[in-house]
Amino acid sequence: MFIFNKLKTFPKGGIHPPEVKISAEKPIKRLPLPANIKVPIAQHIGVPASPVVERGELVKTGQVIAKTAGFVSANIHAPASGKVAKISEEMDVSGYRRTSIMIRVDKEEQWADGIDTTDELRKEISLSREQILEKILQGGIVGMGGATFPSHVKLNVPKGKKADVLIINGAECEPYLTSDHQLMLEKSEELMVGVRILMKALDVKKAIIGIENNKRDAIDKLSGIAKNYEDISVAALKVQYPQGGEKQLIKALINREVPSGKLPIDVGTVVHNVGTTYAVYEAVQKNKPLIERVITVTGKSVKDPGNFIARIGTPVSALIDAAGGLPEDTGKVISGGPMMGKALNDLEISVTKGTSGILILPEKESARSKSKVCIRCSKCTNVCPMGLEPFYLMTTVQRGMNDEAEQNRVLDCIECGSCAYICPSNRELLDYIRLGKATVANLIRERQSA
Amino acid sequence: MDSKLLTVSPSPHIHQEQTISRIMYDVIFAMLPAFAFSVYVFGLGALMVTLIAVLSAVFFEYMITKHLLKREPDILDGSAVVTGMLLAFNVPSNLPWWLVVLGSFVAIGIGKMSFGGLGNNPFNPALVGRVFLLVSFPVQMTTWPAPFESRMSITDVVTGATPLGFIKDGLKNGESLVDLMQEVPRHMDFFLGTQPGSMGEISGLLLTIGFLYMVIRKVITWHIPVIVIGTMFVFSGFLWLGNPDRFVDPLFQILTGGALLGAIFMATDYVTSPMTIRGVVIYSVGIGIITILVRVFGAYPEGISFAILIMNAFVPLLNKYLKPSRFGEKVKNG
Repeated sequence: MFIFNKLKTFPKGGIHPPEVKISAEKPIKRLPLPANIKVPIAQHIGVPASPVVERGELVKTGQVIAKTAGFVSANIHAPASGKVAKISEEMDVSGYRRTSIMIRVDKEEQWADGIDTTDELRKEISLSREQILEKILQGGIVGMGGATFPSHVKLNVPKGKKADVLIINGAECEPYLTSDHQLMLEKSEELMVGVRILMKALDVKKAIIGIENNKRDAIDKLSGIAKNYEDISVAALKVQYPQGGEKQLIKALINREVPSGKLPIDVGTVVHNVGTTYAVYEAVQKNKPLIERVITVTGKSVKDPGNFIARIGTPVSALIDAAGGLPEDTGKVISGGPMMGKALNDLEISVTKGTSGILILPEKESARSKSKVCIRCSKCTNVCPMGLEPFYLMTTVQRGMNDEAEQNRVLDCIECGSCAYICPSNRELLDYIRLGKATVANLIRERQSA
Repeated sequence: MDSKLLTVSPSPHIHQEQTISRIMYDVIFAMLPAFAFSVYVFGLGALMVTLIAVLSAVFFEYMITKHLLKREPDILDGSAVVTGMLLAFNVPSNLPWWLVVLGSFVAIGIGKMSFGGLGNNPFNPALVGRVFLLVSFPVQMTTWPAPFESRMSITDVVTGATPLGFIKDGLKNGESLVDLMQEVPRHMDFFLGTQPGSMGEISGLLLTIGFLYMVIRKVITWHIPVIVIGTMFVFSGFLWLGNPDRFVDPLFQILTGGALLGAIFMATDYVTSPMTIRGVVIYSVGIGIITILVRVFGAYPEGISFAILIMNAFVPLLNKYLKPSRFGEKVKNG
């Protein structure tokens, strides 16, 4: 009975913002195909994919339209069949204009050959390790928790390093978001196959699925299935932000600390999000590339908050319409959760592989309060999960003390936003720390090339 | 979709509700039980001293911010009110009004605003004011009205020494501690608050309630008060065990001389306490030890004011050298 077990968590810092999971337990609804979709070629960390289609060309659903252009890069597939209307610079989630492929969607959808579009569960894993890695590379799978790091890179363990445990991130610690939760409930069997595929790809004998304790139903359901596999376990995590931060999750589940500047593989583990795991299942078992994902559309004033499965490239406005339209009092629309999501300036921006949710905040919660003086309450230091001193980093950045910022580990910041959330003076802690990270990273690059 | 203008800003997009002013009002609220009790015990004088201290603190902060620093005053943040109340808590309730005003001026003008105002002062402003008065006007500052005896009068009061002062004088005159202890109130009286003393220091019980309230409201954490009081208890306990004829018992130490007031409301001042837990431990232990040293070996019977001010001076150093333990610093694989 693990209700009586102490919940696992990370030891340092953290906050507990209101959870507001209003779209919890809302069944995943499929969004109808929009008339036009706009697919950015840079949906992942690394080199943008390079387009392999031309204007006027007819494409089928699942066909590669932009090819991976480096080791850290990912294929982009046509999320729907139709005609390539144009390839142009369009605003994306980042706020910059980037190359996007616009497709005028067919009324009758035509799938590329060899893709299994049925819902039939395929448990048998027949492919070899190499074939699995190839499928994941071809399928354009990237981390779907928000960081969008190409998955095949994580799975290609460098020589001399070895993972002994796979961690599946089902924490979903961001307030409001419920897409992973719902996916775990509705696609539990598929997820478990995905976990086994990833275990095979990494050649590990152990996997742990970490889920925050506010999703008891998902914990129970996945534990029930995990009973059939002695090497897969499900762990309940304390509801504490940022529980789903990669380093925090590793610490909580297997008590290993990823050293500054290192990767999880350096402590023998690899972390994949549940959304990614499901995408891996589809790519490997159904030959279906990453062309759609589950997205939570939510907000206190949203009429019909829910979880939707939408094709990549769908405009945000279509999702908002499906949830009952943009509320009257809307002040801010966020791609992602309230802690780490990006505010959008245009609702025609496309959903990408990393879009876990669309959060609509009312006007009165949209603007920041006026920033006041630092009263040195030390709350920012106490909540920082990385053991940094946000107040001091902000000062070093303001004064251009780059060496001091570097020595005080500005680059360790995971940008979880706990410091800015807790600050009673509403100081722009994270804004300055981001600036400091960029400056220091540049200085280090210059130093190395000199 | 209509072309509505959207707010765009970097994450995080939500914020907790605790603001500076809410924190300050919580601190004021936490002081109210002890304040009400001191009015009950000392009468009108306590009320007058508090009013004068608060109003003059607010007035000085407003005038200095507006006319000297030429900034927009932010009186509503409540920090000047807190300083005024704390100053009042630290003086006898029969202190002449002009001394209260002078104390407020030193606290706000020199202790706080000369460093640039809220957030920049190295020393606790109320204590700067208090110690200034104590050193400059020792007679008025150590003439304590006896509890309950002169509640309706402001000028004509019956006075008494504080228990620690009484014992210190007695020991100096060669009287035995056992005899002296017979004549001071018992521990329970201190805890409930019927001892002569500064306005805010007399009731340990009500100060502790204020402490619990602030912890529950997440204004402060338990660390500083508990470590300060714990250190005082342990250190004075060793002395007492070593020579019970010379040293008072540890419970007596922590219930008298404003120890609880200092540990709960003064040492926990955000601005003048360390930023990391390691710093907090050293700071708090330092306050505890220095307080007992001053009481036992120094010229003053109390001593926590000096202890806090001395440790305040070390805070910048503690902040510089005692960094938080960084994530990934100690690599454990287990």
